[in-house]
Amino acid sequence: MRASYPPLSRKITNALMLALTGLCTVLVLSVLLTILGYLFWKGASSLNIDFFTKNPAPVGQSGGGVKNAMVGTLKLLTLASAIGVPIGLLGGIYLSEFAGGWSAFTIRYTTDLLNGVPSVVMGIFVYTLVVLPMHHFSTLAGGIALGIMMIPIALRSTEDFLRAVPRSLREGGLALGASKSETIFTIVIPAAIYGIITGILLDIARVAGETAPLLFTAFGNLFDSRGWMHPTASLPVVIYNYAISPYDEWHRQAWAAGFVLLSGLLAVSVISRLILARGKKLSHG
Amino acid sequence: MKPFDLRQLSKAHEVRFSVDAETEEKLPWPQFTVADLNFFYGAHQALKGINLIVPNKRVMAFIGPSGCGKTTLLRTFNRMNEIIPGTRVEGSIRLGDKDLFSFPATTLRRVVGMVFQKPSPFPKSIFDNVAYGLRLDPAIRRSEIADKVEQSLRRAALWDEVKDKLHQSANGISGGQQQRLCIARALAVEPEVLLLDEPCSALDPLSTAKIEDLLFEIKDLCTIVIVTHNMLQAARVADYVGFFLNGELIELNRAKQIFQNPEMQQTQDYITGRFG
Repeated sequence: MRASYPPLSRKITNALMLALTGLCTVLVLSVLLTILGYLFWKGASSLNIDFFTKNPAPVGQSGGGVKNAMVGTLKLLTLASAIGVPIGLLGGIYLSEFAGGWSAFTIRYTTDLLNGVPSVVMGIFVYTLVVLPMHHFSTLAGGIALGIMMIPIALRSTEDFLRAVPRSLREGGLALGASKSETIFTIVIPAAIYGIITGILLDIARVAGETAPLLFTAFGNLFDSRGWMHPTASLPVVIYNYAISPYDEWHRQAWAAGFVLLSGLLAVSVISRLILARGKKLSHG
Repeated sequence: MKPFDLRQLSKAHEVRFSVDAETEEKLPWPQFTVADLNFFYGAHQALKGINLIVPNKRVMAFIGPSGCGKTTLLRTFNRMNEIIPGTRVEGSIRLGDKDLFSFPATTLRRVVGMVFQKPSPFPKSIFDNVAYGLRLDPAIRRSEIADKVEQSLRRAALWDEVKDKLHQSANGISGGQQQRLCIARALAVEPEVLLLDEPCSALDPLSTAKIEDLLFEIKDLCTIVIVTHNMLQAARVADYVGFFLNGELIELNRAKQIFQNPEMQQTQDYITGRFG
């Protein structure tokens, strides 16, 4: 072995690149931690039991919370999932397993375009489609807007995870006399199910923070929503409204609401990673 | 069906089948009778005018260099090629006395089982893997399944190794065990024929030996057609060997004949390692 191998120049390059990649990793992490920390620092004084159990207090009074907005966000996400998940899931299955060259191209292209539609345009679209005929804002309209926004990602992530299932599994099912659809529903989808669930959870997390489409649809509400046909508060819209208000108390609450929303999304993200890891562990022994 | 004489078939289909004293045996009936079979992947012709009989309840091996069409022929026997777009078959194949293409593919594949090159256990438990084919058939009672699963695992010489972990993931066992699991899975539905596409190419010698042993055990139950790149394996397990080259069946003969005294020069060259 030569002592001069590898040459010094390569050792230096190696150390330099390692330091650079490490630095960038720290930068990425610190951005997230800074945001979380800043939200917490600014909103901490508002984070108390009342914040989670009470509706907003009238202007000028301190205290109050965002219970109605949290309930609203959960209702909106439930409705959005009820619309976006089945369409995205079945569309993804069709695209991956049944679509031919031309139809696959069309579906994929359309979905990618839909994914690129600015969320504010989606808001206006649903405003025209649902809010105008009903003559008022509603939880329903907000759910529909978010649901449509969920479709492209649910569809493409389902397709990706189904495509990743090896051909040998499909052939194994067919070789035992299973039909194509039996093979898909009893072998291919179960093999990809953890990935599909992960994709859908991340999809829900993505639309949970959408504000623009809700401004025209679910609108907002200082009180508990009276039902699916009536406007509802939601965390992103509360953050928006409070942040542009002139009151310090509302500013603090906006920070706190931001912290709650981000923590929720982080939790969903971590849970979905755990599900995926568990799926990998199961399918690789 | 009346018994047939290998010599008649070799005449009828101009199969290059040399008849010595040993081949004068009467076999109950041919499992597959292939006549003038051509196979195309798009414009590429992968099989050219194949005439061949596969005797019932015997082991037949297909040998030949990569791309010679042996796997294509194997996958034609259970019509697995139909799932590949742009493929086309000409000629006839009979399964017993019936046209292979007269069945629905799903029915045919219950009769003609297949094991693939790479072990491909479903991401389910060991038990559910073997039970998969059984559960597809509503005529098989739920109460029978456990017994049939055990029987199949025993036939595949896997029972003793997995009986304590039947409900664990099939991905947790070794590659050799996985391949025997795939054989058990195929045997569970009691097929007439078992097609094996290079079943040992991804396995170590010990696992290979176990699979060869179990082929001896099950050849009374079903006809076996095996594609292999391993000449010694063909010599060990097969009763008959077909040698393929560039989509043509060059020679079909008793295994002993092929390896000791082949009729065709190309066969001689291939088995002695002069090409391929």
